[in-house]
Amino acid sequence: MAKSSSLQKTTLSKGVKVTFTVAADEEELPSDDDDEEAISASEDEEGSDDERKHNKLLEAISSLGGRKRKKQSERSEASVQVSEFAVNAEGTGEKVNLSDLLGTVEKTSGTSNKTKKQLRNLQNSKETLELPLNKQQTEKIQRGIAYEKTAQEVSCWNPIIVQNRKAEQVVFPLKQEPLGPRRVEQVVAGWKVQTPLEQEIFRLLHNNSQPVVDPVLTPVEEASLKAMSLEEAKIRRAELQKARALQSYYEAKAKREKKIKSKKYHRVQKKARRKEFLKQFEDMCKTNPEVALEELKKMEMSRMTERMSLKHQNKGKWAKSKAIMAKYDESARKAMQEQLQMNKDLTQKMVVLSDDEHESKDEESETVPDFVNDPEPIIDSVNPWMKGRLTREQPEVRCVTPEEAEAAVEDNTEEELLGEFERKRRLRQADEEGSTPAEEKAEHASEVVVEENEDVVEISDNEENDDKEEEEEEEVDVSEFNSLFKLMRSEKTQEGQEDGEGLLDEGPIRVQNMEDLEVLGEVFEPQPTVAPSRPQTTVAEAASAPTNKKNMEIDLREVLTKEAKVINVPFFPTVVEDEHDEQISIIKEAFAGDDVISDFMKDKRKQEAAARPKVVDLTLPGWGEWGGVGLKPSRWKRRRFRVKMAPPPPRQDQKLPDVIISEKRNASLAPHQVSHLPFPFENPAQFESCIRTPIGPTWNTQNVVKKMTKPKVVTTMGAIIEPMVKEDFIKSRTTTPAAKGPAIMFSGDKGARRGAKRPSERNQRRSQKRRK
Amino acid sequence: MKVKVLCRNPDDYVRETTRDIQRVPRNYDPTLHPFEVPREYTRALNATKLERVFAKPFVASLDGHRDGISCIVKHSKSLSTVLSGACDGEVKVWNLPKRECMRTVQAHEGFVRGMCSRFCGTSFFTVGDDKTIKQWNMEAPGYGVREEPINTILGKAVFTGIDHHHREGTFATCGQTVDIWDEQRSSPIRSFSWGVDSFSCVRYNPVETELLASCASDRSVVLYDTRESAPLRKVIMQLRSNTLCWNPMEAYYFTCANEDYNLYTYDIRHLDVPVTVHMDHVSAVLDVDYSPTGREFVSASFDKTVRIFQKDKGHSREVYHTKRMQHVISVRWSADNKYIMSGSDEMNIRLWKANASEKLGLLSTREKAAANYNKKLMEKFQHHPQVRRIARHRHLPRDVLKQKREQREMKEARRRKEQNVRKHSKPGSVPLVTEKEKHVVAVVE
Repeated sequence: MAKSSSLQKTTLSKGVKVTFTVAADEEELPSDDDDEEAISASEDEEGSDDERKHNKLLEAISSLGGRKRKKQSERSEASVQVSEFAVNAEGTGEKVNLSDLLGTVEKTSGTSNKTKKQLRNLQNSKETLELPLNKQQTEKIQRGIAYEKTAQEVSCWNPIIVQNRKAEQVVFPLKQEPLGPRRVEQVVAGWKVQTPLEQEIFRLLHNNSQPVVDPVLTPVEEASLKAMSLEEAKIRRAELQKARALQSYYEAKAKREKKIKSKKYHRVQKKARRKEFLKQFEDMCKTNPEVALEELKKMEMSRMTERMSLKHQNKGKWAKSKAIMAKYDESARKAMQEQLQMNKDLTQKMVVLSDDEHESKDEESETVPDFVNDPEPIIDSVNPWMKGRLTREQPEVRCVTPEEAEAAVEDNTEEELLGEFERKRRLRQADEEGSTPAEEKAEHASEVVVEENEDVVEISDNEENDDKEEEEEEEVDVSEFNSLFKLMRSEKTQEGQEDGEGLLDEGPIRVQNMEDLEVLGEVFEPQPTVAPSRPQTTVAEAASAPTNKKNMEIDLREVLTKEAKVINVPFFPTVVEDEHDEQISIIKEAFAGDDVISDFMKDKRKQEAAARPKVVDLTLPGWGEWGGVGLKPSRWKRRRFRVKMAPPPPRQDQKLPDVIISEKRNASLAPHQVSHLPFPFENPAQFESCIRTPIGPTWNTQNVVKKMTKPKVVTTMGAIIEPMVKEDFIKSRTTTPAAKGPAIMFSGDKGARRGAKRPSERNQRRSQKRRK
Repeated sequence: MKVKVLCRNPDDYVRETTRDIQRVPRNYDPTLHPFEVPREYTRALNATKLERVFAKPFVASLDGHRDGISCIVKHSKSLSTVLSGACDGEVKVWNLPKRECMRTVQAHEGFVRGMCSRFCGTSFFTVGDDKTIKQWNMEAPGYGVREEPINTILGKAVFTGIDHHHREGTFATCGQTVDIWDEQRSSPIRSFSWGVDSFSCVRYNPVETELLASCASDRSVVLYDTRESAPLRKVIMQLRSNTLCWNPMEAYYFTCANEDYNLYTYDIRHLDVPVTVHMDHVSAVLDVDYSPTGREFVSASFDKTVRIFQKDKGHSREVYHTKRMQHVISVRWSADNKYIMSGSDEMNIRLWKANASEKLGLLSTREKAAANYNKKLMEKFQHHPQVRRIARHRHLPRDVLKQKREQREMKEARRRKEQNVRKHSKPGSVPLVTEKEKHVVAVVE
């Protein structure tokens, strides 16, 4: 800082020359001193005289003594001898300029041209350096940098934290000591080498880099362990397994084919093979001429042998016998001709292999994939089938160890079982629900009703069908309407209930037994926490929402485009709003051509019909009379076995023509039902399926129950849960403190060094374990 | 002739010992076991009721101090040892299973402001109003030997808190500045100050061991890194934080106990908005401590209650209080995640179960299975109104309840007013501020 500021202060002007080099400085110092002395002498001569006299006296005294005193070398400091008031340099009060300093440099011969140039440039540049930032700002910058660094460093925990949060079960303490017997090496880790023999042995072991105590594996072994991770090993093993299996399949196949005695079969095969081969050969000529050439050579050889052996020239014993037969036997003649043809083929320039051995070889080479015969790095002398390899063909083979496979099978069976149960359960529940009216069923039910009340209602089937189609369309509209409704409703209720979420119901009542808990319900039914905290606006909205809805539903005169039957509908006074007209026009536009009233009436009628109890038909056809296709039970019987249900209490919306009040809600069940969808679920179906699946041992096997009721956090009794240790979880840190130095140490420093080394080793082992 | 015989493997139906339960073959066909949902619902309801009936969290009270308890410290290697410091300068070492005091030390003149145990558990440090830091041996001295500290450091100002590094032989104190000390030296090796001259609490991060956080009297929480030359950052809140605690399993979260009745969980990477605001106390929160699993924390308040919060929930899952317990000054969660210790003004240390209805001691396998099943059932049916109502019900002392209602009213009024202001002003001129954003005044770099 100081330097820069001084530089900055120097302005450029040439003039006074100041010596620059160090040597020059040194030379100058004594001259300064001389000046000083001169000045001091002029100022106070007596003082310096005294001093000189005193010194002389001292010398005289020292010379008096026989022994010569050793002269002490004294360091003289300028500040002591030179008076600070008397300093009078040349050009006081003037600033030292850069040019003053540079003047001598120009003259000295030793300095290089480069530096001279640089200095000259510096002289010419007019820029001044910027002011350094003040302390506050520098500190702020420092803090900012440090914070960024720390934040980034801390972020490395993110995956671990996320993983821990998502984990189905976390067992604390996080690093558990492995149970079961420990290796001897670990147990005797604290053992020290004492006798000279032992020392000798260990020295030998140590020199040959053999494992002594703790890392049980030699460095080579460790390296080999590290070379292949568990996954790799598994993949490799799976590959080998597959190769082996394939090979055995091909073996079996070849054997089987070889055993087939049918000549025709072999002939056909051979022909096919030949064709194949020719095709391949042509390809080969293009792609791989060298191999093709070899093949050609092979063919040439076979041609030569054929020409030499005369095998197919009808000269053999068999051929001769056939020749005799040929006159009378068609097949014999054919066989001979074939032989000759063969000969011709073989002796031609392009010959196809004929030898049996060759064939078998070719067969193998054709059927067995190439990789089976590839050279094998792992040589297993015991098992000749271990020579297969699948690396290039399937690099990503999912490996399944037998245990895993078993487990998977088990899981699968269990899951299947569960699935089966679930399906059955749903079926049965559907059956149960059969008695309650569902929307789709309403139509079918109406059919039944119609059929049954033949006498009462007479509607032709055609009409019914037409109506049904219409109704379906209308139904869609109405249901849309209803869904909109429900949405508004649900929003309203949810807003009300959100406040109560997650709060404890704290009150002055202390619960001590089951009776208290039972009573609790009656006392706390109107939840005090929810009621007052319901926001005012929601109330306002809730108030306005129905009126809006009324607008949509009731202001039918505006909405209607068609003339409908006039129904006396009691209107509620609606709030007049600014956007009223606008809304009306929108609604008009939206519902142009719709007959909302009749839709609504139909909907209501349908709901009423669905809610009406059905007549249960218990007639059993063929019971007490003839039965069969086309036979109906007699009228008497139908009348006899039809059970009429008691009429339900009058509907609540009986006298309200513009309202449909659903009667599905059961007041006695309502306090036990969930009113709105809880948070993590996205739709009611999810929630229902979650509730429907039982987790108890009554419905599930023991293992499934155990799995389903697994607690999220498991702690061990009496175990201290330590905070996370960075080295255990962040891997990059673990690699650096690898076990260095000898495995065992002698003499006294051993204990200390081991103590220092131990944690790192443990970490390393732990990390290895995790990798496995 | 081949004879086919029906045979059964006795392993399938004979129990191994007479202590085993009889093996009952069971048909899981769902048609044979109808009404699974109603049956499970009933079970869940019963389980919830029983859980409430058995919720007796209070285990023991340790008395012996002659003044209010200012701090409690867990032994870092032993579950059964707890240390406590009182406002009269006395430090007691307690044996929890025996529920008795093993040793009493007159450590300071005036308050014992802070205590911490060394990570190896061989010694502990205390700071007091007499401007000293004292290191004590965890082992009691022999018979007839006077209690003497191993080390005494005389400071220039009063120390208000102390915490020890989790791996190394350094510790941090706070007072006028936050100082980092080496155990071997009598002067701090580093001291941080940043415009404030009084700190109330300093805590080392147990995971990222070089990180520190402190609560200052200018309503701020300051972060430090001992490897850096300057503090990292500070966040200023509307009111002062009394103490803070780092999450031992999630390195970048800490929770601070504030004077405004709330607790705030922060992510140190995003200090501008707290991750969660935990409300429920009706008076200043004085102390907070995380459970060793990092899933929950416990807070002590001036309103004479102890509350347990889940780390990501805004409201407490449990509230503990007794008639005689006064302002709770310090609270700790035991290292095995089973117990909670609270020290209060009326000179008692109370031991609570962390899980109020949990059965203590060894459980048989079937007991454990039943407990797990019940817990799962309660979790499954937690949204059903009856279950929820019972599970949530807690008894509160009248004055706390009253205060709670009052505060709810006040909050509602404030909210209503804000809404009205918004309604009657230009749209967008009164911005919506979430509850989380409200409490942070500034983040200073």
